Amino acid sequence: MNETWAQISDLAFEAALAGYMVALVCYAVEFASRRGGDVPADLVGAPVASTAAVSVAGSAAAGSWSGRSVTSTLTRTGGPADAGTIGALPARRRTPWGDRIGRAAVVLTAVGLSANLLSILARGLATSRLPLANMYEFTSVICAAAVLCWLIVLTRTGARTMGLFVMLSVVILMFVAGTVLYVPAAPVVPALNSYWKWIHVTTIALSSSVLLVSGAASLLYVLRGNADRKSAARVTGSQRVNPDRVTSQTAAAEAAAGTAPAVIGATMTAQASRTPLMMKLPSTATLDRIAYRTAIVAFPVYTFAVIAGAMWAEVAWGRYWGWDPKETCAFITWVIYAAYLHARSTAGWRGRRAAWISVVGFVSVLFNLFFVNMVVSGLHSYAGLN
Amino acid sequence: MTVRDITHAGSGPLDAPDATPRVAGSAGDVPRQGGPRRLLAAGRNAWRQLTSMRTALILLFLLALASLPGALLPQWSLNSSKTAQYIADHPTIGPWLDRFGFFEVFASPWYAAIYLLLFLSLIGCLLPRTIEFVGQLRMAPVATPRNLGRLPHHHRVEVAGSPEQVADRITAGLRRWRIVRRTEDPAPPGRLRQEPSATRVQSTPAAVVAISAEKGYVREIGNLVFHLSLLGLLVAIAVGKMVGYEGSIIVNVGSQFCSTSPASYDNFRPGLLVDGTEMSPFCVDVQSFKASYTEAGQASGFVTGVRSQSGPDAGTDRWQTGELQVNDPLRMEGERLYLLGHGFTPQFRITYPDGTTRDYSQPFAPAANDPNFTSEGAIKVLDPPGATGDEIRKQQLAIVGIFAPTAVLDGKIMRSNFPSPDNPGVAVDVYRGDLGMEGGRAQSVFSIDTAQVDNGLLTKQARANLMVGESVTLDDGTRITFTGFNEWVSLQTSFDPAQVWALVFAVTMLIGLMVSLVCKRRRVWFRLRPVDSPAGAFAGSLSGAPGPRTGAANRTVVEVGGLARTDQAGYGEEFETLARLPEQSGMAVTR
Ligand code: HEM
Repeated sequence: MNETWAQISDLAFEAALAGYMVALVCYAVEFASRRGGDVPADLVGAPVASTAAVSVAGSAAAGSWSGRSVTSTLTRTGGPADAGTIGALPARRRTPWGDRIGRAAVVLTAVGLSANLLSILARGLATSRLPLANMYEFTSVICAAAVLCWLIVLTRTGARTMGLFVMLSVVILMFVAGTVLYVPAAPVVPALNSYWKWIHVTTIALSSSVLLVSGAASLLYVLRGNADRKSAARVTGSQRVNPDRVTSQTAAAEAAAGTAPAVIGATMTAQASRTPLMMKLPSTATLDRIAYRTAIVAFPVYTFAVIAGAMWAEVAWGRYWGWDPKETCAFITWVIYAAYLHARSTAGWRGRRAAWISVVGFVSVLFNLFFVNMVVSGLHSYAGLN
Repeated sequence: MTVRDITHAGSGPLDAPDATPRVAGSAGDVPRQGGPRRLLAAGRNAWRQLTSMRTALILLFLLALASLPGALLPQWSLNSSKTAQYIADHPTIGPWLDRFGFFEVFASPWYAAIYLLLFLSLIGCLLPRTIEFVGQLRMAPVATPRNLGRLPHHHRVEVAGSPEQVADRITAGLRRWRIVRRTEDPAPPGRLRQEPSATRVQSTPAAVVAISAEKGYVREIGNLVFHLSLLGLLVAIAVGKMVGYEGSIIVNVGSQFCSTSPASYDNFRPGLLVDGTEMSPFCVDVQSFKASYTEAGQASGFVTGVRSQSGPDAGTDRWQTGELQVNDPLRMEGERLYLLGHGFTPQFRITYPDGTTRDYSQPFAPAANDPNFTSEGAIKVLDPPGATGDEIRKQQLAIVGIFAPTAVLDGKIMRSNFPSPDNPGVAVDVYRGDLGMEGGRAQSVFSIDTAQVDNGLLTKQARANLMVGESVTLDDGTRITFTGFNEWVSLQTSFDPAQVWALVFAVTMLIGLMVSLVCKRRRVWFRLRPVDSPAGAFAGSLSGAPGPRTGAANRTVVEVGGLARTDQAGYGEEFETLARLPEQSGMAVTR
């Protein structure tokens, strides 16, 4: 036990929580200050022209064209990739300070993440073991991994408005970890733990956090999908609007390369004055892609984690699977995500329904991490022979 | 034609099984030719329904849902006392839940029905898929759809060079794709003449060249391996449940234990096909036990020194020495021996009024949740010397109480403040009378039947805190001395010959899963029109492609369409690279 590291860890944890909280506020301010969703407000009212604008922008911005250019125009909120697009589209009407605060939010997120990682590392150094021995440490690691995953998603998709919702969950989790779950640093004796346990716990934490990001994206997908439907319903009389196209978007931005801007442009006409809150979210296509991509990264890792857990159980309790409550919950979560992947290949289940399944998976991951660990006891509460 | 239509018409083998339109079973479809045929048709229909993706999805849901009570309700197999308590606490709903197997979810018929249906569906889905897949490996990539603009990924560009030259460039770039190159009549778009990609195309300059390419068959293999492994896993688990067994026993240090039949165990859980006659015998001699603790009293290690003999050695005097530790079982041929717990066995000497002395000892059970290992138990003397006939039932003795490995006294209350036996003590009540063992009723070895005390048949004679060597004397002169202690270990034998197969299938499942999620099965089509052809000129004027339009005769309009089977999410970047193939020469896309 090293007291200095333990103190550093606690301080860094507080710093991380503070960083995340300020970041959350910034995301919220940016979100509120947004005019339109991810559609530049200037597309409004000029469907045909905007199509042209997009395709010009597309050929100008190197390597970004067709469906992609739509997506990037729709989702990017700034950065070098937009250079071409900005040139083609007349200046946006979004307040620049809102954008700046959005960037600040990302920086603060990264700062918070560094503090979070430092806190985890210092815990490990203080106790000379993997810092995953109790719910406090476990939650802290999950938050760090989720934030890291979110930052990666952000750099790939530019879906910054999602940050508000990711950080909201992270701040709640961190707060609970720092208050209810907090335990002072203490060594757990390694001799009693098989290395399978550590492999199991680490991979569960990592995959769960990625699954949480995936679930958040699906939740937002459902919300955004609802908003899209409503606004599509409002735009009546426009020949070009096909509600199905707008709402049942399974990767629709890519699919409807030519028509999407026009459709959304027309949609925007109806509500240029006041954007419904949920229309500020990234497009359903972007959210769908985030949810799917993160899920297919996390699912094999999760599968591996469950197998590692079975290896541990075999070594520790004499059977690799015994339907202990934790094992059962892990199995349920696994089956739900298998169903999610299935649904994406099942006619009539893509898109919205699949997103709902993913949301159910999200709930089951949370349930697994918290409720089961804290309320339902099984063999897993057993920490050695005593 | 919509995007979905293209998916359908153009790509038969790429479709998920239920993407092929399926006629729902209505009587009208079936020629009315008597019972057997109708039955057959109905059966076939039911089979189709069962093996559809939708059914699989619903069954997966049901599986998750049905597992839920297994996590939320106590289960007989895990904790029978908790389960009984739960039923007692819920007198109305408890018995019903019990009747419907909610406390034994994973052995209940409805649970079995769900997973059996799921796996039946899986087999029905896999067999045709495998056959189809083998067939596909020999088929050429499908023809280029007429309207590439409707595909999820689409691009149009005008480049220098004749269609032939551009096509050469493209095919050179499509390394490791399966490619077919065809020429189409420019007039009615969509009519095509197929020719093997090897032959040079020597058509009129006006000919339109179409290229179909496909990649990612390994995804299909991964998917098949994944699902087949699930099947294998299920079989391995089932075999384990049939022929495996688990037995547990408490052994005092210095004693031997031989596994020869279920009766050798305190507790035996046989597999469905295990009757105990074919257990391969093995013996274990527990020679030592050592628990180590940190200063804070946290356990840091448990080591049991054992000698064992198994296989042909069993029953001989050939022993193998080994160590048994927590998380480190002794693996014999087939059987595995685990150290699951440990505890103390206090030893007493009783000197009876007639001068006889006898030694008694009995394992005490560690109290739940006490890190300092206070243990509870009872020593029962059923046949005190000197007593005969009915006297026996008045003279039986019981020493009931706790053993504290490191005893401290709070006033007169003894407790333990450290788990290792540094200062062992016992706090016991001594009873005399009728222990109530005659009725054949089972009694816990760790306690007495308190009903006997309540009925006045068993009366407390003394209460004492004893350290090693101390004794307490009863009114009739019986002297009870706490002489010391031994330690016991609780061992578990597990036998599951199929578990290595479960592991093998789990690993292949994981590999198959990763392959099928990482690789994408995707297609790309190119249609190359010389610019001077009317359609091409029209197309070129709309495209925003840069570049001066000189030498129109030697320019080609390229239309590219892309379709990924599973999920469009993720094909985008690769498609961009593919679509740039016509523009650059010599750059290969291998991804
Ligand atoms: C035993 C339960 C099952 C589980 C846990 C399961 C799980 C999965 C998972 C995780 C995937 C996505 C990974 C991949 O694409 O390889 C998948 C795909 C697939 N499953 Fe299953 N599956 C099960 C049963 C079935 C059944 C009964 C069928 C047939 C009706 C089926 C047909 C398919 C097909 C066709 C795909 C590929 C879809 C595509 O190409 O995108 N599965 N399955």
